[in-house]
Amino acid sequence: MSTERITKKITFKTFRFNAETDYLPYFKTYEMEVGKDELVLDILNRIKWEFDGSFSYRRSCRHGICGACAIKVNGKPVLSCKQNVWELLEIFKTDTLLLEPQNKGRAVKDMIIDRSDFWEKHAKLKPYLEAEIDEHPEEEIRVSPKEAEALLEADYCIQCGSCYYACPVVEVNEEYFGPAQFAKAYRFNADVRDNAKTERLEKVREMGPGVWDCVKCMECAEACPKDVNPIEKITKLHNQLFEEGLAQDNVATRHAVGFKHSIVKHGILDEGELVRYSEGNIGVLKHLPEAIAMFKKGKIVMPWNMPKSKNLDEIQTLVKSSSKVKF
Amino acid sequence: MAELKYALYTGCTARESTPELLMSTLAVAEKLGIELVLLDEASCCGASHLQDFDDFLSLVLNARNICYAEKLELPMITICNTCQLNTAMTKERLDNDDDLKSQVNEKLAEVGLEYKGTSSVRHFLYALIEDYGLDKLAEKVEKPLSDFNVAAFYGCHNIRPSHLHTEQNGSEENPYNPTSLDRLIEALQGKSVDYESKNKCCGFHADLQAPKTANRLTGTALLDAMDNDADMMVTPCPLCHLNMDVKQHAVAKEMGRDIAMPVLHLPQLIGLALGIEPQKLGLQHNVADVTFV
Repeated sequence: MSTERITKKITFKTFRFNAETDYLPYFKTYEMEVGKDELVLDILNRIKWEFDGSFSYRRSCRHGICGACAIKVNGKPVLSCKQNVWELLEIFKTDTLLLEPQNKGRAVKDMIIDRSDFWEKHAKLKPYLEAEIDEHPEEEIRVSPKEAEALLEADYCIQCGSCYYACPVVEVNEEYFGPAQFAKAYRFNADVRDNAKTERLEKVREMGPGVWDCVKCMECAEACPKDVNPIEKITKLHNQLFEEGLAQDNVATRHAVGFKHSIVKHGILDEGELVRYSEGNIGVLKHLPEAIAMFKKGKIVMPWNMPKSKNLDEIQTLVKSSSKVKF
Repeated sequence: MAELKYALYTGCTARESTPELLMSTLAVAEKLGIELVLLDEASCCGASHLQDFDDFLSLVLNARNICYAEKLELPMITICNTCQLNTAMTKERLDNDDDLKSQVNEKLAEVGLEYKGTSSVRHFLYALIEDYGLDKLAEKVEKPLSDFNVAAFYGCHNIRPSHLHTEQNGSEENPYNPTSLDRLIEALQGKSVDYESKNKCCGFHADLQAPKTANRLTGTALLDAMDNDADMMVTPCPLCHLNMDVKQHAVAKEMGRDIAMPVLHLPQLIGLALGIEPQKLGLQHNVADVTFV
């Protein structure tokens, strides 16, 4: 029987940087014959063992559970120890792969980045169960399967940072908590044993760091190697704010609620009215330059010309009977 | 080939702030012999914000919209990425959760409707690629875009999450390196621009709450396209279009650089290549200068 191993020749363009000695990062190219079972982590090992002993990266469990080895390949966040290399060739239809750290701006050495921002924000949202427990409990606190399901598997998060460093808001707004942090806040908010829900919600409702700054790009849902779907949890936090009566009256909450008002009136959205309702009569004035530019180009529908959906009465009936939340 | 016929969910923007999108969609469909039935009964999809306030209401309203396509026994197409996401997500949730489906249908029954799950929901872009075919589209080109470098801007909600995209749009697309729009540009004989921001977010959904974030994201993408020699941008999403086109002045201020980039809706670009008059494609409604196009 032939024992010949089938391999593919792959070029790895690899990010190299040492914050202590290098002024700028650079890319080094390594060519390797790669077998069909090899993982990205095998490649990182081989770069270190076969090419350059100074090459640095994080690794630990090799089971997809510690989250240490997360990097980006061709821009795609991956757990090195779970991601098959041939599969990437298939996805990207290429024989050249770009190995980069999760965030080049935070690189310390090669694939290793400074994740302190991730952990500091994580700690701010009480990523633990807060409960008053008897010093000498007589029985365990029971959580029914149904109650456990309410976590929506948010407890699968391994804090690898894949979603966080894929989030465009994190990139442009450094105070923004980030998707993994929100998923964790939801994980404990949804836990029946926890007592710190209000405290967490008061933090996540803040404009700037909080959930209202999410741009809904779905990058976090795409990036997560554990299918935690952080944006689903962000939506749940929005819902909790309204359910608990903790939603403040501001441009963001009025914007969400404004859709309902518009739909009741017209079926479709009254864009101008939504902006006015969200911003208030004074705040709306800052949009005047854009509004004038749009008006000149025939992009603004006047209130008296506002189109309505056909069978609007159906929509009104449904809004009345299906609404579950008040503000 | 059987004649193509779809129920068109226009979304709100095409009826209001981007009238050129509806005009150009209808003009292109007519030219290609695609029959579109407008869903005038449809409501707003909630634009990914209503569900933050009332998730169930958002589901019911989106399900109602799909009902009208089902009544016509037609596949539904969308011309807005966010409509596509919200509608497709509703469909996915209802088709995979009988309990939820019956809760929603209980409400819909009050107005004599029932969601069955019989109509597919896909974006016009993917209907063109998968049903009509790029080869056939290429044959119809009258005015090739050969002088132009066109930067494709995909918009988040058509390509992410990728499992939803694959199942509902019925098309393979790598969210980290999408190619459909680039292939379409090449079919119109334009040169598609290779630039990093093509699959990034424009920030539209935070325009009001976090204008700085939104302007920075829009600006990064516009400048990236400019720095890679794009003559124009094209997007299948009217919300991306609003940010890229209408807000160029404010974005330029935030970024500290001048920005001048014509931004076309997908059907406007196709229409130009098919030789449709600019007037019919609503180019007079674009804010950023498109006269040279």
